[in-house]
This record gives sequence, C-alpha cells and structure tokens, in this order.
Amino acid sequence: MKSGLRKERIDRGIKVRSDGIYALSSWREISFLMAPRMLLVCGLLLAPLILHFFPYWQKVLLIVCIYALLSMAFDFLANYVGLVCLGGSFFVGVGGYGAALLSKSLHCSPFISIPLAAVGGACFCTLALLPCLPLRGVYFAIVTLMYPLFMTRIIEAFELFGGTNGMMDVAGFANPWLEQYFLIIATLVFLFALRRLAVEDVGLVIKGIKDNDQSVKASGINITFIKAQAIFYASLLGCFAGAYLAHIYMWAGLSMFALDFSIIPIAATVVGGGGSLLGAVLGAILLVPLSEALRAFGPLRIVSYSLILTAVIVVKGEGLLNYLSRKYNQFERWKEI
Amino acid sequence: MAMLEVKNLSKKFGGVTALNDINFSLTEGEILGVIGPNGSGKTTLINCITGFIKATSGKVVFNGRNLCGLKPHKIVNLGVCRTFQIMRPYSSLPAYKNLIIPLYGPRARKTGGWRGGGRHGDRNIIALDLLEEVGFERESKVPYKLAGTLPTGYLKRLELARCLALNPELLICDEVFSGLSMSEIASMVPLIEKLNKSGVTIIMIEHRLKELFKVAKRVMAISYGDKIIEGTPAEVMANEKVKEAYLGA
Amino acid sequence: MEILLYGLVNSFKLILIAFGFTLVYGISRLPNFAHGAIFVFTGFVAWIMMHKLNLPYYPAALLSLASAALVGVLIYQFILKRIRGMNMNEIIATYAIGVALIETFRWLGFRGTTFTLPVFFEGVAFIGDVPIDYQRLMVIGVGVVMLAAVWIFTKFTRTGLALRGIAQDERAAMMLGIDSDLTATLAMALGSAMSGLAALVIFPLGSIVVEAGYNTLIFALAVCMVGGIGSWGGTVLAAFVLGFLQVITVTYLATHFQMVVTLAAIIATLILRPSGLFGKHKELEERV
Repeated sequence: MKSGLRKERIDRGIKVRSDGIYALSSWREISFLMAPRMLLVCGLLLAPLILHFFPYWQKVLLIVCIYALLSMAFDFLANYVGLVCLGGSFFVGVGGYGAALLSKSLHCSPFISIPLAAVGGACFCTLALLPCLPLRGVYFAIVTLMYPLFMTRIIEAFELFGGTNGMMDVAGFANPWLEQYFLIIATLVFLFALRRLAVEDVGLVIKGIKDNDQSVKASGINITFIKAQAIFYASLLGCFAGAYLAHIYMWAGLSMFALDFSIIPIAATVVGGGGSLLGAVLGAILLVPLSEALRAFGPLRIVSYSLILTAVIVVKGEGLLNYLSRKYNQFERWKEI
Repeated sequence: MAMLEVKNLSKKFGGVTALNDINFSLTEGEILGVIGPNGSGKTTLINCITGFIKATSGKVVFNGRNLCGLKPHKIVNLGVCRTFQIMRPYSSLPAYKNLIIPLYGPRARKTGGWRGGGRHGDRNIIALDLLEEVGFERESKVPYKLAGTLPTGYLKRLELARCLALNPELLICDEVFSGLSMSEIASMVPLIEKLNKSGVTIIMIEHRLKELFKVAKRVMAISYGDKIIEGTPAEVMANEKVKEAYLGA
Repeated sequence: MEILLYGLVNSFKLILIAFGFTLVYGISRLPNFAHGAIFVFTGFVAWIMMHKLNLPYYPAALLSLASAALVGVLIYQFILKRIRGMNMNEIIATYAIGVALIETFRWLGFRGTTFTLPVFFEGVAFIGDVPIDYQRLMVIGVGVVMLAAVWIFTKFTRTGLALRGIAQDERAAMMLGIDSDLTATLAMALGSAMSGLAALVIFPLGSIVVEAGYNTLIFALAVCMVGGIGSWGGTVLAAFVLGFLQVITVTYLATHFQMVVTLAAIIATLILRPSGLFGKHKELEERV
C-alpha cells in the first residue's frame, strides 16, 4: 500500500456498455466478451483429444466434470438460494444407486439410465429434503450433513441393494469417446442453463429468497415451493453426476455417500469463487487433478483440501474467478487522494 | 357488507398480551387509520391479519373468508397486501428488478398484472411503469440503482410499488410516512388518495397524525393491545384515553 | 431395568458430547463443527502421552484436556475471529478444520481398534441384577458433576454471569463493557474442554477410532437439533429422549438402526416443532 495513493478501478468501456445488453458493434468487442467463455468451452471440448495419449488423465477429466457438476450444485444452493448444503454426497449416492438399479433391471444403455436416474433421483432428493426447507443457515447445514449418513445406515441396516458390497456389474460405456463427450457436453449445458436460469424471472425470485424471504412471502409467492424447485435443479446436477459415476466405475456402493463428494465441491467453489457457477467449475478443474496427484498419500488428500478451504475462507479470498474477472473487466490505477 | 371483519382477535407472546380482543370492520373503498404509541400492538395486528404471525384466538374475515390459519402467501393471493415498517428490499437487485418478484407471483399473473398484460407483457416495462407511478423518475438512473443503495424515501416507495404490483384489494401500510421529510410526505399523500379512488381499500398505521388525518376519514386507536376508540379523527383526538396514552399522563 | 440403566448411561453420554457444542453456540452463536474432531483429538493425545511419553494417567488426562481447550482457543483466534458473523463461512471453516484434524490422525496411522484408554476404576457393579461396569457409572457421575459445575459457574461467578449476558444480548453486553472476543475465546475453550472430558470418559468403554469424530459430531448436532440449539435445558432433555430411544432401538432392533432412529427423531422434531423441544420464539425466527 503506497501512502497518499489509493487504487482506483474503472470498468473497461466495453464492460460498461455491454452488461446485460447484447448489441455489440465490432468483432473486437464481441471477442472481448466471448473469449473467456470460448476458452472454457473449447478447452473442455478439445481436452479429450489432447489427453488421448494419456489414458489415465482421461479418467481424471471425467472426474473433473463430475466434481464440476457437484460444485455447481453446491454453488447454486449456497450463493443463489442461500442454503448451505453439507451433504452433496446424498445426491451422488441417490443418483448412483438409481442408475445402477435402472441399468440392471431394465438392461438399458447408460444413455437412457443416466437421464432417468438423474430426474428420478432429483425427485427423490427433493421429496426427502422437503421437511427441511423452512430451515435456514446452521440448521439446514446440519440436517443435510446427516442425510448421506442416514442413507448409508439404512442401506446397511436393511441390506438393501447388495448391502455393504454395493451393486456390481453395472453396464459401462462401450465407447470411450462417447463416454467423455457426453459428460463434457452435459456439464457445459448444465452450466450455461443454470446461469441462464439465474437471470430469468425465476432466478430473480430465488435470489430474492436469499436476500429477504419475508418480502417474497409478502409478494404472494410460496417460498417453500420455489426452494423445492431450486433443490430440484441442484439435485438434478448431483444425481446426474452420481449416475454417471456409477456407469464409469461400473459399480454403485456405499462409498458414493462418502465425505469426498461433499467436501471437495465445497472446496472447489470457495477456491474458484462462488456466486457465478463458472468459479465452481474452475475450482473443480484446478483441485481435482491436484487431488489425483495426491492420491498416493491417502487421507492427506482430504486434509490438504480442508486446509486450503479454511485458508481461503480465513483470508477472505474472493475466489480465483472473481479475481480474474476483475482483472479482465477493469483497469486499475493508482490515484492520489 | 363489510370487506374485512376482525372479530375478538387476541395474540399472546408467552405471558405478554400484545393484542387483546380487537374488533373492527372495514367497508370497501374506505381508508382506516390505526394509531397508537410505540409498542401498542399495531404491527402485531398487521402481522396477524396477513398471516405472518398466528393469532392466539379470534377471527379475521376477508370477503367472507376466514384468513386465520392461512399462510402469508395465500392471504396475499386473496388480495390483502402489506408494506413492512422496516423496509425489506432485495438489496442486491436493482430497484426495478425488485418488482419482478411480485410480478412473477400468482396474484399478479392471475389478475393480469398491473393494468393487464402481466402474463404476456414484459415484466421489466411493467416494473418501470410501476416505479414511475410511485414517484421514481423514469428518465433518471434511480430505477436502475441497487436497492441497497437507495435512500429511505425511495425504499418506502419501493415497498408501496411492490404492493401495487400485486393489484391489492386491501392495502395495509405500516408507517409509510415515518422517516420521510415533509416534502416527501406531501408527494406521498396524493398517491395514496389516488389509489383509494381507484378502488383500493386501505388500512394505514401511522405515527404522523396530521398527515394521516388528511387521508383517513375514520381512525382507530389502540394502546397496550386494547382498542380504545374508533371514530372520526376529531372524535379520536378529543378522547381522554388517547391523550393519556400518547402523553402518558 | 436394563433399559433404564443403560438408557441413563447413554443419555449422559449424549449430554457430555453435546453440551460443549450447545454451550459455545448458546454463548457466542458460533457453530463449532470441529467439535467431534476435538473429541477424537483429546483421545489420541491422551493415548500418545501415556504410551509414547510414558506419562501416568492423571497428568496425561489433564494435559490432554488442556490441549483440547487450547485447540478450541486456536480455532477461535486464528479462524473464527476473522469470519465471525458470516454464518456460512463459520460452518464450512470449522467443519473443514475438523475434517483436517480427523483425517490427519488417520494419515498418521491411527487406524483400527488397537488404541484404548484405561478406565478409572476396574470392576463391575450390580444394580438389582443388572451388571454394569464402574466406568459406565462414571459417565453418569461426570455428567452430573459437569452439569452442576456449569450451573454454579454461570449462576454465581462473575465470568459466568458475563457469559450469560453475552448469550442473551451480545450488543447490550458489549455496551456494558463485556469483551465479546474474550468471552467467545473462553466459550470455545470451555466447550472444547467439555468435548475432551467426554472423550476421556467415553473412550475407555471402547477403543479410539477416527470415525468417532464424525459420529460424535452427528450425535451432538442431533441432540442440539432436537433440543433447540443453544438451549441448555433443551439439550439435556433431548439427550434423555434420544438416549433412551437409542438404547431401546439397540435392544429391540439392531445397532444399525441407531442412526436411523436418531435421524428420524430429528426430522420428526423439525416437522412437529421446528424450534426444538425447548426452542424459544427468538430461535424460531432465526430458524424458520
């Protein structure tokens, strides 16, 4: 910090004019707006081709997408709806078991069982979370933390779906290219659809609930219904990820309700920067390969995540994406006071 | 035929009686003022009528329907809208986007939104129209500013606009004048009169008696949860108990 | 008779586990999700002191209690202090630090059921014709003593009164010159030490396993949810309800169902009485 000076931030001209208005005049301006988005889209689409020579990292790419979906679900619930969900693995488990059941009982291809499991699982999750919807803050976090555990214990206790062994021999993908591109494209579609939803009128209502739920009530809107809708969208993502995971591993078991699926997405969102969904994806792209590199150290993986997460929160980090987008959209200069 | 009838309404918080056996009724098209010192139970009364708090006993009948036990949003959708004394804007949204939320709700859709067109019309345009109606300068930047940055005067208007977006049959204003300057109030009074002329029944809870008496023809005074008197402003002000309640003598 | 006795023991177990959490939340509105981690931490520290440093039992126990309190203080000073008031971040940060603590022990190789703490007194007593070992009776004894101590502390000492003041109205208390940071530190130290105490009393009944960290947190949270977070009387009552419920479940169904019943109880509470058994109106506003 220099004395007598303060940092001034000015939006770049294009940003000032283009926020929310899509009439642009030149290729330069269009590319300024589109470049970051295209970078992400093209990067993800090209990744399987580049990683073709590194089969191990192709698997990692799949996991990245899975976690990206989960991070988006967490980010959406936490920063758009204001519900902190500590039990992301609940969605994964429900989706995973759903897909396994469908695929084993109907003998259908993954491309049918995954969407079915995603929608069915989302309905199940929404119904299951319905009694908790009036809760806020700490209370909601606590209850969601318990849901995955609850499922684990129920499955153990009743020996459902293969009990502790899980369900083996779930159909895998025949074609690795299809396996990767289906997931990547789905991730991108979910990302942009959810971002679009947030600026639609429903999205405004959802944000309104986070800002001020009393006022939404006084507007004659049933907030429980709107929250249930939001939970449905988030669990749709989560269950889709879980269903996909079941088909990748060709197995669905109790470890789908494990802690990893809850805490890594939170870490990814916080590190990447919450509130924009893109940040969550970015966080997943960064953290998951890191975690793969740490795989040899076992539990140390979770330790490192947790520490990174705490550190970012404590230093009040704004998240990587928010930092980058500020640099991208604004000039900075020192100004005398 | 009374539009709103409140019968023997009581509310107890633990041992404290906030409302004690309140009775009053309201005919369509009138403005009723409710006055009383701080803590006399005015806001509790509103909360009970609009369902934000469950009354301990008693009945609230609106157009022949009992409102007690209904959820707040259901009551709004029957046509009873309220403003909040402590303004509750959506701080992170621009002022006009604040109105998208009530316009999105079932009440605005069913009644065709404000002056029709709620279903098909662009909600942004309707929102801007509404803001203009309550006195936001349309050509200025004010409607586009974040609600969190607006001064009190505009926030009170925003509260009012939120209710207007819902096409209310009965509008309950909780201290819309408090915290406003004289000139701001002067511009609010005609707005309320205009609304009333267009057929909206209004209950106004107010501390600013002088301004209230300009618009309300009938006034009810409550103190410590009890209804003291109901009548014309002159009658109410002449009442000994009201003087006592206000002056503490 | 057996159910009565073991239910009582189990209830006091839950009180020991949950009281620290509810104390911290009640006083400073801090959700300490690292509560379970501190529980396990104390157990392992005591074990390390006894088996690696060859300390006798009592110094080891006292030192491990002190270290638990220290961890609580450190968590407050370095983490919670900076993010106070941001509810979501408080939860995530304490939860993450708890996970880090627990998983560190797992990484260090503290796995399996080989780690045990000694009981205070060996032997088995007979009450009626039900055998019950002294350690289980200890659980009840320590629980009663702790509740009494907390009651006396908050009713009759200056610091205790200050804590209660903060609990009721932080801002008003601050205006009267009570240091909110200091009380929060104190509350964290106390809460963590209680968690540690619970560990020292409960671990001898079985062995120290890392998973206990998560389970403890869940049980503490369950008790608090049912009783109404921050309400001390509610916590005790809820501990009895859940404690007996669990024992009855284990006796008539199976151990697996313990968690199922607990969670069902929580959900039932949420639907029937959202503020918990003893939740006050204020808490209802906050919750719903």
